[in-house]
Amino acid sequence: MDKFTTLTGIAAPMPLINIDTDMIIPKQFLKTIKRSGLGVNLFDEMRYDDDGAEIPNFVLNKEAYREAEILVAGDNFGCGSSREHAPWAIKDFGIRCVIAPSFADIFYNNCFKNGILPIALPQDQVDVLMKDAEKGANARMTIDLDTQTVTTSDGETFSFEVDSFKKHCLMNGLDDIGLTMEKAASIDSFEVQAEQARPWV
Amino acid sequence: MSPKTLYDKIWDAHVAHEADDGTCLLYIDRHLVHEVTSPQAFEGLRMTNRKVRAPDKTIAVPDHNVPTTPGREDPKNMTEDSAIQVAALDKNAKDFGIHYYPVSDVRQGIVHIVGPEQGWTLPGMTVVCGDSHTATHGAFGALAHGIGTSEVEHVLATQTLIQKKSKNMKVEITGKLRPGVTAKDITLSVIGATGTAGGTGYVIEYCGEAIRDLSMEGRMTVCNMAIEGGARAGIIAPDEKTYEYCNGRPHAPKGAQWEAALNWWKTLYSDDDAQWDKVITLKGEDIAPVVTWGTSPEDVLPITANVPAAEDFKGGKVGAAQRSLDYMGLTSGTPLKDVEIDTVFIGSCTNGRIEDLRAAAEILKGKKVAVKRAMVVPGSGLVRAQAEEEGLADIFKEAGFEWRLAGCSMCLAMNPDQLQPEERCAATSNRNFEGRQGRGGRTHLMSPAMAAAAAITGKLTDVRDLM
Ligand code: SF4
Repeated sequence: MDKFTTLTGIAAPMPLINIDTDMIIPKQFLKTIKRSGLGVNLFDEMRYDDDGAEIPNFVLNKEAYREAEILVAGDNFGCGSSREHAPWAIKDFGIRCVIAPSFADIFYNNCFKNGILPIALPQDQVDVLMKDAEKGANARMTIDLDTQTVTTSDGETFSFEVDSFKKHCLMNGLDDIGLTMEKAASIDSFEVQAEQARPWV
Repeated sequence: MSPKTLYDKIWDAHVAHEADDGTCLLYIDRHLVHEVTSPQAFEGLRMTNRKVRAPDKTIAVPDHNVPTTPGREDPKNMTEDSAIQVAALDKNAKDFGIHYYPVSDVRQGIVHIVGPEQGWTLPGMTVVCGDSHTATHGAFGALAHGIGTSEVEHVLATQTLIQKKSKNMKVEITGKLRPGVTAKDITLSVIGATGTAGGTGYVIEYCGEAIRDLSMEGRMTVCNMAIEGGARAGIIAPDEKTYEYCNGRPHAPKGAQWEAALNWWKTLYSDDDAQWDKVITLKGEDIAPVVTWGTSPEDVLPITANVPAAEDFKGGKVGAAQRSLDYMGLTSGTPLKDVEIDTVFIGSCTNGRIEDLRAAAEILKGKKVAVKRAMVVPGSGLVRAQAEEEGLADIFKEAGFEWRLAGCSMCLAMNPDQLQPEERCAATSNRNFEGRQGRGGRTHLMSPAMAAAAAITGKLTDVRDLM
């Protein structure tokens, strides 16, 4: 997995609440058996018209935000389907960090498995960041995972919370499965004990 | 011992390892797999030379992509990319030696309907699937939730999931439901009350007389939509109805094992003095038949209400409501009962079980549909067979419904069953998101009886007017 330590980049504002994973990547793109190549279809139905042409006023189609690496969004980002195609598409587009007042649980977890940092901040702080993002390409935000801070283009800094284990994995690009396999002995002994307690399982 | 909730008890029985910071390895008893969210996980196993740790606890079935029309066993009758995903699942099931129900098998169906039907889902288990509606299995008093594809790979390789414990939330529905009100109305009303993020960070236990009175099918409908309220899982304590449903299922325990299982299952309830982090109570008699008007499952109103105005809301919801009204092509102040419907879809893991078909057929008996198209997609081949045996299929067909084969179908429109732009659908599924049932399609969520009523009148309809 890709590491995430610090990031300074353009932030795209999407002040919508309840952005669901169907919006992030509509189902017609779930038919792939690969993880890559989904970036062009990120937000497909909001981004392109019926003929496949770009809709000019969609944020990621604007010149200022084509290279966005951060997304600032409304409450309950990533709700709905568990599809990991949503973070795959976000990552493939080039976005490495999403900031919102809250995230849906499965999406939030999926981000960490893909080198994306989701940051939950109080609404008033997200409002400040949204304003900053609206300034366009010259306003670059900085995310520092080690110090757990977001700094606006004006130098205003907000601290965020992140689970220590998830942070450790993200900063070091660690593969969860490898880490869990180191605990195989615990799983083995759990299985032995569970087999006695609940043999019907 | 300190008092525990049902969730606490199942959690404690499945922690295989706990780190100092509370990060746990939760052991998984049942891993359900479908064709859309698993190919990359199996590919990951192959690339790292890993095996499936517990193939006996892993069950696969194709459901999301498959056509629901005859001849679908022939890959030529699927789009090429769908056929590739289904073929990949066929191959992965064979290569890794996991239980499999191919499209040609009468037991095939929507993964969340097949699991309980075959007795894979039992009380007290941990159940996961790369699908958010895994919450359905919570109806059995199992801890069940959706996971992403990386986690699918993690469970395949280790039979565990890295988890931190969620908080406990109690949703109590007291008293009795009124006639015409169903499990779907309960679950939609709860989301209407809490919002789609109201459950974030929680496992919800549904309880109270109205929940106890529900059949297992109804309880599955309620738990199915826990995820729509943002919860990690929804759960209902097992009782006699649960045991009765499980008894005799192909993969349920038998004989002495059954007795042993029963002994444990009977300990699976929340202790009287258990601590709850959040409690919501609704009165059963206050719940009306409801429909959704917008593009979020929280946009719920009684069928007797009018289309709301964006100004009725606060904060970010004002803009979201306006966007929903525009997308749905609705004018504020219009009575919901005046909204005309083009299409009716009865099916999905929310409402594709036998009881759902019975409820719809009851309303449809001897009537004709007044919509452009109407379809019933049974949740599994076995539900379909039973409905045929009970004569329900004939009622649907005579009314003008298409009688389909089992699958997810128009719930998410990954197969050929899709809405056209601006086509308005009365659906028994669980999501009314923009484009969910086809680009530009407009979805109103409701119960099977309400969908049947809409089919007859061609409008959103109060089922009580037809009873
Ligand atoms: S029926 Fe719909 S919600 Fe249920 S598993 Fe299939 S696509 Fe998902």
